[in-house]
Amino acid sequence: MDNTITQISNSLYSQCIADYELRSSSKDTAEPAELSALREKAFQQFKKTGFPSTKVEDWKYTNLTPFLKEEFITEQESDLVAVEESLVEKAMVPGLDSYRVVVVNGVYRPDLSDNIPHEGVYLFPLSAAIGRPAFKKHFGQYTDISRNHFAAVNTALFRDGLFLEIKNNTVLGKPLQVVHLTAADDHTFLQPRHLIVVGTSAAATIIESYVTVDNEASVFINHVSEIVVGENAQLQHYYIQTGNEKARYIHHTEVYQLASSVYNNYKASFPGTSLLRNNLNVALDGENVESHLYGLYLSGGHQLVDNHTIVDHRKPHCQSNELYKGVMKDEATGVFNGKIFVRKDAQKTNAFQQNNNLMLGKKAVIDSKPQLEIFADDVKCSHGSTVGQFNQEAMFYLKSRGIGDEKARALLIHAFAYDVTEKIPIPEVQAHINQLIEEGLKS
Amino acid sequence: MLSIKNLKASVEEKEILKGLNLEVKPGEIHAIMGPNGSGKSTLASVLTGKENYEVTAGEVLFEGKDLLELSPEDRAREGIFLAFQYPVEIPGVSNINFLKTALNEIRAYRKQPPIEAKEFLRLLKEKQKLLEFDTTLANRSLNEGFSGGEKKRNEIFQLAMLEPKLAILDETDSGLDIDALRIVSRGVNKLRSSKNAFIIITHYQRLLDYIVPDYVHVLYNGQIVKSGTKELALELEEKGYDWLKEDAQETTLKPSFQ
Repeated sequence: MDNTITQISNSLYSQCIADYELRSSSKDTAEPAELSALREKAFQQFKKTGFPSTKVEDWKYTNLTPFLKEEFITEQESDLVAVEESLVEKAMVPGLDSYRVVVVNGVYRPDLSDNIPHEGVYLFPLSAAIGRPAFKKHFGQYTDISRNHFAAVNTALFRDGLFLEIKNNTVLGKPLQVVHLTAADDHTFLQPRHLIVVGTSAAATIIESYVTVDNEASVFINHVSEIVVGENAQLQHYYIQTGNEKARYIHHTEVYQLASSVYNNYKASFPGTSLLRNNLNVALDGENVESHLYGLYLSGGHQLVDNHTIVDHRKPHCQSNELYKGVMKDEATGVFNGKIFVRKDAQKTNAFQQNNNLMLGKKAVIDSKPQLEIFADDVKCSHGSTVGQFNQEAMFYLKSRGIGDEKARALLIHAFAYDVTEKIPIPEVQAHINQLIEEGLKS
Repeated sequence: MLSIKNLKASVEEKEILKGLNLEVKPGEIHAIMGPNGSGKSTLASVLTGKENYEVTAGEVLFEGKDLLELSPEDRAREGIFLAFQYPVEIPGVSNINFLKTALNEIRAYRKQPPIEAKEFLRLLKEKQKLLEFDTTLANRSLNEGFSGGEKKRNEIFQLAMLEPKLAILDETDSGLDIDALRIVSRGVNKLRSSKNAFIIITHYQRLLDYIVPDYVHVLYNGQIVKSGTKELALELEEKGYDWLKEDAQETTLKPSFQ
């Protein structure tokens, strides 16, 4: 499927290869042998396949060539980047009592973050957590680098990121708000790496927001997050994705769930970021697991928003429910690709998936591809996909009550998004998302 | 208030209204009756500015303004209200939010400040009571999962909230049980005043027992073929429309109302 003829080979590719070779020759890293071996394996993989072209099935609708053409800098200065407080504040959910965690260009910044005086919660820069048992046990264990080009290059070259461990039976009373801020003066390629481990019967809410500082330079961010949800644990996980046109995001999230755990992902993206590719893979690897994936993408301008999800039912008696809704403005392009696997052992699975799109721009495009692969025989599964426009009857009804065109549209868009926004259990987050929808519609 | 002169309108090039005349003054209630396909709902649609209806001749003045020049929302802001025959369900838009938005859009058009939250609540309560409109219904998504009767009652509830100058009730009575009909009628009777007017489009005389019209018009084949007082409605109930159809075919009708 991949071969050297179709890969995108460019200066960034060469630079990544050179970076790795320099890194392994210097030998000054004190990394454990297991990690070095993993990096080497990932590097060989990346060296062979490079960045994916549209000949690769998973990248069929997302042509990366225009987003990789600049001369990117890969190495990061180790100096701390100065950050304006107002930018961080702006990314926070207003009025929400939470612990604040700030990550700038992939580096955890204790100086800008709250101290978390909560027993059983361990938050470190990933680079400082390499020796921890949870890191050794889980890091790199769940992401398939042979199929994920960007995860491979991230694994080979990541420098830092966030490590969060929530110990068994720990219930985090307040949400953790993680603000990922990107600021660069030169075209930069960043590869943050995160690991979240939620222990047995632990519970937490993590809200991750993404913002970029307005600069002339382009930033290409290749995030990889691995998340382990332990037995009987619950994780409520939010992604609020904003950014400017200079930002390009590849965001790979690999979730591994053990028996009786619950993982809910609420993802909302807004106009700005020129490329947004989300891979969200969830493995339900225990009985009685529940997973809910809710997505809302409001896309505008010439934005390309690509959501790929995989829900992998490996064991019996699990439930998954996925609902992604897209509002496509202007000349935006959207991709939805949702795969559900129900493996042979996963009897009594309930798996549902739905993708609905509301097209506002005459030149907006959506490619929606739901996929079900079922190998068990006693399951309930469904999937569906719709693409539509404003309901003219509803528009006229609103107008006949004195509501003008702009307000009527806004009401109907909020109504369309409501199926997703109503699922958000925290009212402050719901209000924040609605506010971002409002702003996104005006942009 | 409303003056319709020689109105002709088509849908998909088929002429439905063929020279309709009607004068409505403040304080009046006009009932428009007529067989299926005579153009009753088309008249409602043309007056409120629904797309797909093409006016080919005639004029409609509302308080001296050319109504046909206005967008649907501006007609509403000027004070025209249509109680729909088939109200639309809009999941995800709450009744309350919808009403508040509508009210404030109308107020903005009239250069009034947005309604105060307290005043809005007071109004809401008052009108809910008037229409015996359940609070749980008011808090739900717009018409979503409402029964036919609940939808119709919601239309009149909206009418009460928005206080239009001219309200057009398009077959509001069809599908209503007798209790609902009573509530809706009582609401309308309480809302009528010397300043506003109603056009009631209906198939059945029954509604007119509760809301007594000043005038009854018979619409047939795109024209008003006969006008009278409420006795005409009783006559129609008894004799049907056939005698009027025969009349209409025999003579080239002059618009019969004023």
